[in-house]
Amino acid sequence: MTEPMAALKVTGLSKSYGHHVVLRDISLEILRGETLCLIGPSGSGKSTLLKCLNLLEAPDSGQIWLGNTCLTDPRTDINRARARIGMVFQHFNLFPHMTVERNVAVALTSVKRIGRDEAHQTARRRLAEVGLAAYAHQRPSRLSGGQQQRVAIARALAMEPDVMLFDEATSALDPELVKGVLAVMKDLASNGMTMAVVTHEMGFAREAADRVAFMDDGRLAEIDTPGQIFDGATHPRLRQFLSQVL
Amino acid sequence: MKDNPLLHTFFNWELIAGTFPRLLTEGLLNTILIAAGAIGVGIAIALFTAMLLLSSRWWIRLPARIYVDVFRGLPVIITVMLVGVGLPAAGIRPFGTNPFGYAILAIGIISGAYTAEIFRSGIQSVDPGQLQAARSLGMSYLRAMRLIVVPQGIRRVLPALAGQFVKDIKESSLVYLLGLAVGQRELFFIAQEEVARTYNSSPLIAAGICYLCLTIPLTHFVNHLDRSLREGRPARRTSRPDEEPAAGLASAAATAGENR
Repeated sequence: MTEPMAALKVTGLSKSYGHHVVLRDISLEILRGETLCLIGPSGSGKSTLLKCLNLLEAPDSGQIWLGNTCLTDPRTDINRARARIGMVFQHFNLFPHMTVERNVAVALTSVKRIGRDEAHQTARRRLAEVGLAAYAHQRPSRLSGGQQQRVAIARALAMEPDVMLFDEATSALDPELVKGVLAVMKDLASNGMTMAVVTHEMGFAREAADRVAFMDDGRLAEIDTPGQIFDGATHPRLRQFLSQVL
Repeated sequence: MKDNPLLHTFFNWELIAGTFPRLLTEGLLNTILIAAGAIGVGIAIALFTAMLLLSSRWWIRLPARIYVDVFRGLPVIITVMLVGVGLPAAGIRPFGTNPFGYAILAIGIISGAYTAEIFRSGIQSVDPGQLQAARSLGMSYLRAMRLIVVPQGIRRVLPALAGQFVKDIKESSLVYLLGLAVGQRELFFIAQEEVARTYNSSPLIAAGICYLCLTIPLTHFVNHLDRSLREGRPARRTSRPDEEPAAGLASAAATAGENR
């Protein structure tokens, strides 16, 4: 079976919490190797959309395709599908009761069923890639926020995912720690990883994104190249948003 | 001193010293056996019950809720009698005529109800982001709970758990109500026999000392465990000098401490 061009495809996605509508009929494709940045005011539904992409949030309607796998089909093994989608969270969510190395290795052994030695070898290699090999045997709490987030990225990458999701990965960091994390993300983007990035870092969206999607009130209001979004914005809500954040 | 009735009744050293050999050779072991069995049964029941209590479906929570409320609400002595005397009388005799099994079961059922609430509160206090992170890596709900959420939840409630274990040790004395054969007698039973024989309360003091020798060190051991888990293991650093963080990163690590 040929793989479709879109690594991730969303059609007609809607989601409400009670009477509060969070996502309204979202359709979206993320191409292979593409970096898509999701921007918009807080409460516009960016993070909820991202969490729907690996079904951490269950959508009310619509379909989500990961390559040839329909995630919203109840017959799909969602655990197996999630193992193909890496996710990085705002608050890192490292496992505090495990060493940094075990944080990276635990899903390799328990989900991918890789032998312990090999998994820990992979973990050390991934940690070296984000410059943290020296911290392998520390507890996460001994690391700075920026280092913790890089461990979280290494943990997701170790699963060799098809797609990486970043949920405001730098929002909880002190300003001086943001750079290191963004550098790792830019590296990934330029190395051809497929990425969906919810971010408030407009500089990152402009430089690293292939396309930028502007969300407003649960709708995908605008989706275009960074140049068009940041310099040629016509949508009044987007112009208003950009004037506030830039 | 022998003329002081208070001292004579409670601190008759000859009687205390005379009771100790049997307390130590027979009673202590049996108390530990009953308590450890009850704690084991309690933990097994509690883990299962806590998972049910955490369900989002009310009809799964309901039976667990009823179990917890009933056995936390009943006087211990009623539960012990119902299980130890009632069950065999009703023809349900999984342990034959051996009161040990019934005592362990009864105290385990009570302990399970309390411990389930302790586990539930501990597990609920774990940041939901931990489960999300584990699920996002492809772990099933049960695996994520087992590897990520439950170990963290239990660590947080270690002091409360120690309190429950102490209670279980003390309540093991209620097996007295079920009657014990020679060789099965636990601390309280032996002391009570001596009291009945000598009309003096000093053997109870001896048994009390034995209980304290179990419960106080247990509490302090668990508190020590709790502290060392909280503070991490600084020994790591001395054992791996090659992995000492570089000086420039030390300040970053310090700010991380504030963030947490």
